[in-house]
Amino acid sequence: MHSIAAPATKPLSLGRKLVNHGATAFAILTAMLVLVPLMAIFVYLLIKGVGALNWAFLTQTPKPVGEAGGGMANAIVGSGVILAIASLIGIPLGIGSGIYLAEYGRNRFGDIVRFTADVLNGVPSIVIGIAAYSLVVVPQKHFSAFSGGVALGIMMIPTVARATEEMLLMVPNAVREAAFGLGIPKWRTTLSITLRTASAGVITGCMLAFARVAGETAPLLFTAFGNQFWNLNPNQPTAALPLQIFVYAISPFDEWHKQAWAGALILIILIVGAVAAVRVTVSRGRLKGA
Amino acid sequence: MGVAIEVRELNAWYGKNLALKSIDMKVPANHVTAVIGPSGCGKSTFVRCLNRMHETIPEARAEGDVKVGEMDVYGGGSDPVEVRRRIGMVFQKPNPFPTMSIYGNVAAGLKLNGFRNRKQMDELVERSLRLAALWDEVKDNLHKKSGASLSGGQQQRLCIARALAVEPEVLLMDEPASALDPISTSKIEELIFQLKQHYTVVIVTHNMQQAARVAELTGFFLMGSLIEYDKTEKIFTNPADKRTEDYVTGRFG
Repeated sequence: MHSIAAPATKPLSLGRKLVNHGATAFAILTAMLVLVPLMAIFVYLLIKGVGALNWAFLTQTPKPVGEAGGGMANAIVGSGVILAIASLIGIPLGIGSGIYLAEYGRNRFGDIVRFTADVLNGVPSIVIGIAAYSLVVVPQKHFSAFSGGVALGIMMIPTVARATEEMLLMVPNAVREAAFGLGIPKWRTTLSITLRTASAGVITGCMLAFARVAGETAPLLFTAFGNQFWNLNPNQPTAALPLQIFVYAISPFDEWHKQAWAGALILIILIVGAVAAVRVTVSRGRLKGA
Repeated sequence: MGVAIEVRELNAWYGKNLALKSIDMKVPANHVTAVIGPSGCGKSTFVRCLNRMHETIPEARAEGDVKVGEMDVYGGGSDPVEVRRRIGMVFQKPNPFPTMSIYGNVAAGLKLNGFRNRKQMDELVERSLRLAALWDEVKDNLHKKSGASLSGGQQQRLCIARALAVEPEVLLMDEPASALDPISTSKIEELIFQLKQHYTVVIVTHNMQQAARVAELTGFFLMGSLIEYDKTEKIFTNPADKRTEDYVTGRFG
């Protein structure tokens, strides 16, 4: 009877062991370094901002200079309104053009759209603000949450579009073929099969775009403009957290500086909270083994 | 019930490259017909022309006369989507929809074609899974588990169930067992044998034993031409063409 001998292996040399451990240690170290800036910012914000954070901050509007107290409730809600408008513009347009690029855009027009999206992604946000100002604010003759939403929405489009395209292209062609083979029309296949298969990645792309514009200040300077009072009318000048932080931070008043720190802390918490909430909701719907 | 297929003067191209040369072939209803031949001989292209899947590849086109039952596949008014709905297809690699449950996979063809009756859908899903010999293995997890969580052999039977759920008249199988282990393969072969009671089955295979086991008729393709088409037994024991003999005796391919 033959027995199959295990191939003779030499124990690993000391040099190879060292290289192996060294590489692992390097990977862990770089991973930790990535966490450092975010953690540092968050801890710093906590230290600086938590002192001014109280119930009034979350429920009251700003007080005039010299008066203590007051809060940023109107800016928190205003940011919510502006971001909702931005998402309503940026996400459908972005996903739509991403679908075009991935499923139909293997042509010259697709290349032009792709190039335009990449350039738009690199346009400074203040320039987007000026564009929204001349496209929306000037014809309307007043600042508004809507114009701010338009500016941020335009900024979201290229990120969402390119993420959607990448994610759709990652869906194996076999999945599309399976759907065609069942006699499902192409538009139905794209919406109900391909997009659905790529949904986790597409949603991540949308959240990235959302988180990025949520902290934008420049495009809002001459669109949403800011407001010291309550306003829920999207056609009126509206406060936004980043704007409020900006105005307070460059002011000469100590009280306002503290509130700016607290505002920044709230902004980060809200963004992280929104992204986490979407992630949890999405993963809840996932099936075993998917 | 299955219907017969009649192919006349079928040519297919990839760009300028002629991949199928004037194929004539009659496939009888409710039989299993195997298509064999070496890699690149056009056997996959041939079945993909029968349900107009060929043309979904960029720059690919086909011309000719294909009748499936009463349907003129390449006729002027024919809609490829409708053709594919009536001619089911199972692919080489199992390709369940990864984000859908087992039930969702089987029901997909119905749901996305506008079928809304829940009760009837439940029945069709169960019937299809039973036909595909998968029901007992998955009935407790229909809605809980993703189609992608099954084993390779189970996934392929799921894909067969998915194709059967839309109640096609013909089932095309493009090397359905080539990615599977022997046990899963024999399950699929048994299944094919059962299916011919209800469907006309055309199976592409590069496994000659498989063709001999499941098919009543076999066609041998070589370099885009149908060299010989006859009863399976005849093809394997007493082929008329020298090239067929060389292939089935393993002299090339």
